[in-house]
Parts: sequence; structure tokens; C-alpha cells
Amino acid sequence: MIIRAASYRACRLALLCATGFAAQDHARDALVWGGDAEGGAPFVEADPANPAVVRGFDVEVAARIARGLGRDRGAQFLQVQWSNIDQSVERGDFTLGLSGVEDTPARRARHAVTIPYFEFREVLAVRPADSARVHGLADLRGRRVATLGATIAYDILLGAADSTGLIPISYDDDVHPYADLVQGRVDAVLLDHIIAQRALRRRGGTGFLILARPVAIGHYVGVLARADSALRDSIDAVLREAMRDGSLEQIFRRWNVWDDTQRPFFDRTLRATTAKAGPTGVGVPSVIAYLPSLARAAVVTLLVSFLSMALAVVVGLLLASLRLYAAGWLRGLATVYIEVIRGTPLLLQLFVIYYGVAAVVRLPAFLAAILALGLNYAAYEAEIYRGALESVPRPQLEAGRTLGFSELQILRLIRGPQALRYALAPMTNDFVALLKDSALVSVITVVELTKQTAIYATNIGSWVVPGLLCAAVYLAMSLPLARLARRLERRWRPA
Amino acid sequence: MTGEPLLRIERLCIRYGAREVLRSLSLEVARGEIVALMGPSGVGKTTALRAVAALQPFDEGSIVVDGLALHPGPVPPESRLVPLRRSVGFVFQGHALFEHLTALDNVTLALRYVLKKSRAASDGVATTLLASLDVGARAQALPAQLSGGEAQRVAIARALAPDPALLLMDEPTAALDPARRSALATTLRRLCDQGRSLLVATHDADFAAQADRVVTLS
Repeated sequence: MIIRAASYRACRLALLCATGFAAQDHARDALVWGGDAEGGAPFVEADPANPAVVRGFDVEVAARIARGLGRDRGAQFLQVQWSNIDQSVERGDFTLGLSGVEDTPARRARHAVTIPYFEFREVLAVRPADSARVHGLADLRGRRVATLGATIAYDILLGAADSTGLIPISYDDDVHPYADLVQGRVDAVLLDHIIAQRALRRRGGTGFLILARPVAIGHYVGVLARADSALRDSIDAVLREAMRDGSLEQIFRRWNVWDDTQRPFFDRTLRATTAKAGPTGVGVPSVIAYLPSLARAAVVTLLVSFLSMALAVVVGLLLASLRLYAAGWLRGLATVYIEVIRGTPLLLQLFVIYYGVAAVVRLPAFLAAILALGLNYAAYEAEIYRGALESVPRPQLEAGRTLGFSELQILRLIRGPQALRYALAPMTNDFVALLKDSALVSVITVVELTKQTAIYATNIGSWVVPGLLCAAVYLAMSLPLARLARRLERRWRPA
Repeated sequence: MTGEPLLRIERLCIRYGAREVLRSLSLEVARGEIVALMGPSGVGKTTALRAVAALQPFDEGSIVVDGLALHPGPVPPESRLVPLRRSVGFVFQGHALFEHLTALDNVTLALRYVLKKSRAASDGVATTLLASLDVGARAQALPAQLSGGEAQRVAIARALAPDPALLLMDEPTAALDPARRSALATTLRRLCDQGRSLLVATHDADFAAQADRVVTLS
């Protein structure tokens, strides 16, 4: 009976789907939209009064769209990392991506993109002392200009790097570029005017100035999976309606982002049949175009890894020696260092070394990356060396003593060389791990291989080719190392 | 001074916690004399040798080696043991050769880095020593490539290289077959004919019988 009831229900469901019940049911679903609450207000932020709820103009735009589509349950937010919105929407994680998503030709070529609903200006921020001298990108030759990675602003900076000779610095967030501008780590920041104004408000209006003349004009859009073009057309209709009935203006006014440029922009958008907005001069880059930057990033990865490992070996040897030979508090200090470093995330250590101590020592990003990675791996190396040194049989050390060697000579001539053989395999493992962990340093603006790949992937809208290329480069770097270590081990192994 | 023994141990006591490993050991070794320290396993023969070589502390008594006195309490720092290290050599049970170095380099290491002899001079001394111990052909072999008997003789050469007045040997026959034991006894006798003293810990009665004197621990 149960089976019969179940199959009856299944048949009925299939019938209902076929007769269009599903379409009505769809209307009862919430509009699931993706955004990044880490982007913060006025776009999307966790409500301070109730962190489980998000608020911001994009939240209200999503709600307005859901209402316009007749979705009874409104809009349902899904957290997604900003740089992954396109990939996630195409995967079907949510229906609509909204979160200060920029209108670019590349995005329009790959996804279903709504008409633009907000016009922003890419503006330069500089320190007050530079405001008289800097009026645009052309005045920033040889200077470090920061922005958020994988944005129109970053593409503009990359283009300007060739024409004006400025140095683009990519960040993973839009807060630290301004902090670093004030501290002198970078000389200018190029970002959306909303973000620049927010950063200035947070600093009480001091520390930097926003140049009045915009570098470029851009627009925010909603992004849907390429297959959802029909739904996109419905959303476009809702957005036009919201422009006409003033509800969009009300939303922007509530969040203090409405200005004189929006009304003419709405009018233009309502007149146009199809939206072709987007900044000029930004095209879809080809694979070949990215190869030089990938090669440069691979060199950065190698440099960071080799220098960090060298530091890790030196500090590791020192720590292992302290643990084995030092007395009392020095030995304790080495133990505490090793346990604290091994017990806390590398990411946290990177932040502390780059941002945390910035008030005292303002380390350049590259140096901070090497210090953080090197000091972190030193703790692991120290334990490898201690274990290796302890595996040299004690009678050999005593034989050394009876022959009149000093402790230092025993370490250098007898214990060290043998320990090195024991340590070689785990050291190679560690180096290969470090090579890959070096990807983390991108959080402090060092553009290494993984970061460059992510930028590349975001720009071309696919991870397949960049991912394979990146993996191939990592393998090309790590396999020879493993081979070399195996050869050395074989050569040193007693017959 | 010629009548003075090279090594004098008086009422030596060593305890590990409550356990007494050595109780009131007294012995003397004259210059050019071979003394065998006999006794079953665990009776403290190795411990006594280690105390003489200042590798471990002792609780009571005194040890005087070639005029240098060791006292109860912690082992003195190496900086104060330089004269002792010059006059006492130690051949460990299980040879304790440096695994990463060839037989030749095992022997030359102390000559070069402790006695600061040149590489050529060190090689000359080591080659002669290895040849006299019948392992000259194995000079370039690593310890793992040597047989037990060969390793034992390389270890003896290593201990002899700095030319110590007293050689301490811990169970030198443990890894040897009877023919090799007899050959070793002959070699040791030859060493002592050159004025060197030997204190050999062994539980091999046949080997001990060839010593000048036997001290039995019980």
C-alpha cells in the first residue's frame, strides 16, 4: 500500500509539473541572491543589531526585484566571496549575484547581466601632501597605486602601468588600501567613489583626499547564469519599473549614495533598449596576454619560497640548538616560540606581521611575507632538526668527547652532518608545502602565482585553463626539488 | 714520578638513585701494563671505564689519571678536561664509529681538528695505524661496509691516533670470533710494548688471561 501511495504521489507531481503548477510554485520560492557581506555597507553588511540579517542598498535592491517578480517569500541572501560571484551564479549556487558587481564586457560575454542600476565613479585617493601634485594616473609614474583585485579599477591600473609607469598593487579587501595609503605604504588608491567616501568617513575625514575628477565611470549590475536570460529580462523590467516609480531612488537615498549623476543615468538607461554600459578600454584578455604576468608571479613565488626557506633553516637551526644545548629559560623560550607558532594559523601571523605591527615597524609587503613564512616554518624546521640531531647515536657523541672535540665541533663535524641526512626528506616535504603556502602572502598584497591565477581566472571567467597552467607551474617547481632530495638521500645512504 | 701508576682509582662508588652500581672499587694501572677488569654483565665494568673517561659522574672515591684528579660530583666542563682527553683513549663496545665518515676520516678527524695537524700528516699517521691493525685496505670504506672485526680495529685506530697514554676498552672481543680474539690480544700486547697502558673491561676469561693483571668485580 505504501508503495502504491508513493507512486501515486510521484505521478501526481509529474502531472502537476507538466501542467504548469511548477511555474506557480516557482513564484512562491524566495529569490536566492548571492553577495559578500564582507564588502560591508552601503552595499551589503551584517546588521549590527542582528548579525544574522544583512542590510544595505543591494539587499534592498534584491528585495525590490523579488517583489517585482512576485516572489512571495522575498529575497533570500547567500554569502559568497565577492571574487567568486560569477562562478557561483553559473554553478547555480544562487539565482542572482548583487554586491557592487561591475558591468564589464567580459562579464556580459559570459553571463546574463541585468541593466545597470547604479552609476559609480572610479576615483583616486591621495595623501593631502600629494593633492596639489597628483591630478590623475599620469602623475603617478613610479608610484604604488592600490586597488581591489579583479576589478575594473585593477584593469585600469594594469593598463596605466604600461602607459604611465605606475605600480599597481592588488588587495583582497577594500579597507587596507586606504589604511596603507595613510601609512605611506602606497601612494594612491583607485576605487569606486562609494568605497572611497566610506573609507574617508571611517577615518573622520582625515588622512587622505579624494580627487574630484573621476578616472572612469562604471555601473553596478546584477549577474545571472547565462542560461537564465529569460529571468534576466524579467529582472530588467523590474529594475526599469523601479527607476520609473522612484523606489530605486528611495533605496539609494536611504543609504546616502544618491547624487546628481543618478537621475540622468536612469534616464539614459530607460531610453536605451539594451544596456551596453561599461568602461571603455577594458577587453577580454587572451591566455597569451596573461603568460608574462604568470611567469612574473611564478618568479615571485620562487623568490618568496627560497628566501623564506633560507630564513626558516637558519632560525630553525638556532631554535633546535637552543632546545638541545641551552639551559633553563633560553630553552623554555625556544619551546614557547615553537608551540605558539605551530599552534596559530599562518594567515593570522601574516596579518600581525604586516598590519599588526605597522604602527611600530612599517615592513614592505615582500619583506613581511618572507618574515612571516620564514618564522612560521622555522618552528617546524626546528622540530625536524631536533629530532634529527637526537637520532645520531649517543656513543658517537661520547666518542667525539673522548677524542677531545668541543661541543661545537661535535655538532659541526659529527652530529650535524649525520642529522642533515635524517632531516633531508622532511625538509624537502616542508619546502614543497612552503611553496604552496606562499600563496597565502597574497593577502598582504604580494601578487604571487595563485593570486595572479585567480585574477586571470576572474577576468576570463573560467578556472580551467588558468588552474591547469598554475598547477603545471607549481609542479614544475616542486617536482625537481623532490627529485634532487631523493638523489641526495640515495648518495648519502650507507651501502 | 716513574714509580707513580698511570691510573689510580681509590674506593670508587657510583649509585643510580638507590641502586649501587659500583662499591668501593680500587685499582692501579702502571705504565705499559695491561689490566683486565673482569666480572659478569651488569657488575659495573663499563660504568667504571666511563667514570675514568669523565663521561659520567661518581659519588665517592677518587680517580687520578696521569696526574689529573677527578673528584665526586658532576663531570667537569670539557675545557677543564683537555689534559685528560689527551692522555686517555676510549674504545666503545659496538665501536661507535662516525657513520658518515670513511675509516680513514674516522681516524684522522681528531688529528686534524683537535691536534690541528695537516691533512697530509694526519693521513700518514692514520694510514700507518690502520695498516698496523690489518685494516689498511679498508681505509676508504664507510663503517656500514665494515665487518664487526674490521670496525673494532678501526675504532682502536681512532682511539690510538692522538697517542693516548692510557687506552680504555669496553668488551673489545664481543664482536670477534676466537681467531680474531687471539689476534687482538697480540695487537694489544704490541701496543703496550710501546709504553702504553690498557684497562680492558671484559667478561671473556680467555682474553683476560693474556693481561698482566686481572681485577675481578663481583
